[in-house]
Amino acid sequence: MKDDGRPLFLQIAEQLENSIVDGSLAADTQVPSTNELAAFHRINPATAAKGINQLVADGILYKRRGIGMFVATDARAQLLERRRRDFTRQFVAPLMAEAGKLGMDAEEIKKLIDVWEPQR
Amino acid sequence: MNVVRTTGLSKRYGSLAALDGVSVELAENSIHGLLGRNGAGKTTLMRILTGQGFETGGTVEVFGQHPYENAGVLSRVCFIKESQHYPEKFRVKHALRAAELVHPNWDNAYAAALLADFAVPADRLLAKLSRGQLSAVGVIIGLASRAPLTLFDEPYLGLDAVARQLFYDRLLADYAEHPRTIVLSTHLIDEVSDLIEHVVLLDRGKVLIDADAESLRGEAVAVTGSADAVERFAAGYQELHRERIGGSLRVTLTGVPDRFEPGLDFEPVSLQQLVVRTTQRHGAPVAAGKESR
Repeated sequence: MKDDGRPLFLQIAEQLENSIVDGSLAADTQVPSTNELAAFHRINPATAAKGINQLVADGILYKRRGIGMFVATDARAQLLERRRRDFTRQFVAPLMAEAGKLGMDAEEIKKLIDVWEPQR
Repeated sequence: MNVVRTTGLSKRYGSLAALDGVSVELAENSIHGLLGRNGAGKTTLMRILTGQGFETGGTVEVFGQHPYENAGVLSRVCFIKESQHYPEKFRVKHALRAAELVHPNWDNAYAAALLADFAVPADRLLAKLSRGQLSAVGVIIGLASRAPLTLFDEPYLGLDAVARQLFYDRLLADYAEHPRTIVLSTHLIDEVSDLIEHVVLLDRGKVLIDADAESLRGEAVAVTGSADAVERFAAGYQELHRERIGGSLRVTLTGVPDRFEPGLDFEPVSLQQLVVRTTQRHGAPVAAGKESR
């Protein structure tokens, strides 16, 4: 795994969350097992289990006894709501910090967003 | 439950304190990293844990008992040393057979699969093996013994990067299927930092770090920026290291809760870097040399 200074179990949890948000892990489908995650990411199984358990505690995954872990029906909706709440801190704050360094004010940034088109 | 517990463990060779008041606990069914420079006392500690040496002070318990000449303990322990000596005329299959006799959990089919994985011929004389193949035999015995406590003391001598990765992958897969207590003593910290759950760092016979690997991941941060701004930020934090270039300063700090400050650059510090900086800060003289016993 990449070393960004954050605990590995959080990175595992976040990668599963990303797969749920982008739809590659649909509601009520089974997620990889602890041992599969450990082998794929080359991490300790206990760490992978901690990441999974975090998502269970958050209500993103649920357990089917004897079978494995599954994506909760409302997992995607929950994650979208949480990420929208975090959007300002995660994206707007660094944007405005950089803008400030370059002497650009909020009006200029708004104009940039108005004329912005996705690059192809 | 703890498989290993030492309190104030000491080992003196004349005036040299190879171990100086080491108190550690190693939890069951976990992978532990035993780190430290050459001569830090890692091998001495593992020799005592495996009944191959005797402490001069303190206490040691392995599976709740003193390991020395204790068959009940030692039948549950496998110690893979950096350079294992075998009788002359021994072939690979003889070494495996000898291991099978002393390790009750030995898995012959798994050992055979590992021989094929590492491309070690079973009929070859051990004396004719390359350095890397000899290390592979140690790794194979360590894995196939499935001992409840398995210690690897720098098992990688002569193993190339591909073979080491094979070792880590097989270790993880087998550990997942058959949980047991593993102690990995290694200098290749970056290679094992994601595998180990618990870190013990020794330096000159003393414990410098005894912590969860996860908690150590975020423990230190390198802060870079203009010298004034970095100095202002760094005040009040524990500083492990500093480097200066022109008007820029980079300091390695621990205990920083908030990693955002306009104008400063924050980089994570790997476990290997943390170990290097922590050891340096304690002022061990830099000298190369093989671990003495």
